[in-house]
Amino acid sequence: MINFTGMNTQRIQEEIVSEFEVFDDWLDKYDYLIELSNGLPVMDPRYKTNEYLINGCQSKVWLKAEIEDGKVTFTADSDAIITKGIVSLLIRVLSGHEPKEILETDLFFIDRIGLRQNLSPTRSNGLLAMVKQMKLYALAYQTRLERGDK
Amino acid sequence: MEFDVEKIRQDFPILSRKVYGQPIAYLDNGATTQKPRQVIETVRKYYEQGNASIHRGIHFLSEQSTDTYEKARETVRRFINAASSSEIIFTSGATGSINAVAFSFGERYISEGDEVIISEMEHHANLVPWQMMCERKGARLKIIPFNEKGELIFGEYEKLLTDKTRIVAISHVSNTLGTINPVKEIIRKAHERDVPVLVDGAQAVQHETIDVRDLDADFYVFSGHKVYGPNGIGVLYGKEKYLYEMPPYQGGGDMVDCVTFEKTTYNQLPFKFEAGTMNYIGAAGLAAALDYISVIGLPGIRQYEHSLLEYATMKLMSVPGLRIYGLAPEKISILSFLMDDIHPYDAGMVLDKLGIAVRTGTHCNQPVMDHYRITGTLRACLAFYNTTGEIDRLYEGLLRVIRMFG
Repeated sequence: MINFTGMNTQRIQEEIVSEFEVFDDWLDKYDYLIELSNGLPVMDPRYKTNEYLINGCQSKVWLKAEIEDGKVTFTADSDAIITKGIVSLLIRVLSGHEPKEILETDLFFIDRIGLRQNLSPTRSNGLLAMVKQMKLYALAYQTRLERGDK
Repeated sequence: MEFDVEKIRQDFPILSRKVYGQPIAYLDNGATTQKPRQVIETVRKYYEQGNASIHRGIHFLSEQSTDTYEKARETVRRFINAASSSEIIFTSGATGSINAVAFSFGERYISEGDEVIISEMEHHANLVPWQMMCERKGARLKIIPFNEKGELIFGEYEKLLTDKTRIVAISHVSNTLGTINPVKEIIRKAHERDVPVLVDGAQAVQHETIDVRDLDADFYVFSGHKVYGPNGIGVLYGKEKYLYEMPPYQGGGDMVDCVTFEKTTYNQLPFKFEAGTMNYIGAAGLAAALDYISVIGLPGIRQYEHSLLEYATMKLMSVPGLRIYGLAPEKISILSFLMDDIHPYDAGMVLDKLGIAVRTGTHCNQPVMDHYRITGTLRACLAFYNTTGEIDRLYEGLLRVIRMFG
């Protein structure tokens, strides 16, 4: 789905950081996240089930992962719009890369654009669990690839 | 006497704080309340001048500390008009108090096949401990339903009371709906069958004058931090006849009379239920908080908060697409609401950046959410230091939310 050919996760994150630099008002940032949430490709409703649900108590996040040609594609959605906007950023950074790169990515952009509190364990919006789940998928695929190679 | 909210606000240092460059409008008082200087000073002075463990030492500070602690107990007794201070047990909070009763009462009085009545609107703190006890004892939990306005259906309650009922546990005020439950009638009805009643007063003591003897409550619990006191301190009031019979739920220092490896005998009431080093500084802070609101006067507080509730209800009703959950005629200043299909989490995040503190989510009240088939609400809980100006800001904030997400 999302394909940022040639750009590694580092570059994408830097790009996001520069996009957010223009906002000095919180609500403008949120407006931008709302805009981004609209751009997130629609998740097939049949995947919006408990199987793909990452329950965050306050907002729900659904996440699905696939691997094709050695690259992991993530699809996700949330019932809360700001959460969905952040979900779209996480997908933009981590989707379309090899498992190894996903595993090695340090998600510094979250901090730099001032959304760190949204990934705190106390927020229970599903985002922290989503990041963990994305990394777990990557780890699973990586393990499978390594076994396959042998 | 005119209720001078501006003067009262000066007693609460935190209310002059700014967040994100905006003066804070703290409307999350159902979760916890802010502390007046009188409480902060009591705690600070205690640490600076009076700290020593209670009921132990023979030295000056320890005796003084014990004296302060026991005076705090007496302040609590007076505040809820209990018959004796031996019926006042300090705990960690309302949750701690309910767990203590659920365990100890369960041990003494509950057998297989017995029944415990709670309501559909209970906070998880007055639900889970009973569920745990029922599982342990093979007892059954019976639930009083509520109607669309958020009022308990009394007729259903009457039907649930049977020869098997051993205890009724009910909230005085619902933390999500704001409903003031008719606890006096609930108690009277239960007493016709000699069934004791525990009242969860966590959302009531800060708004209403409580008289446990007038209510004839068998147990009454509340938290310090929700009544402008420190956190980590709470109260369990229990009638002596039950407390005397109930076994202690925690063993340790101070709750014992005589300890040998063969047998331990327990201390008298209330110490039997106070194992370990109690939160004596929290108790002193709580007493300061109760003194503080007693001076302002709960009748005045109630009247002012009621006018805030009316104003806020009117304002919120005029927000397009807004629906309030809990519209009982008898309610305190708690407003749970949703706006069309705007996610409460989104709305809460925007309000936060406007300096408005509300709560979002299920409010530890999932059965209430299930009742209305929703996954959460926004909740504004107004205290006597809130103003109509802050409600106006909430109103403006909600219009902003609608412009962003609507």
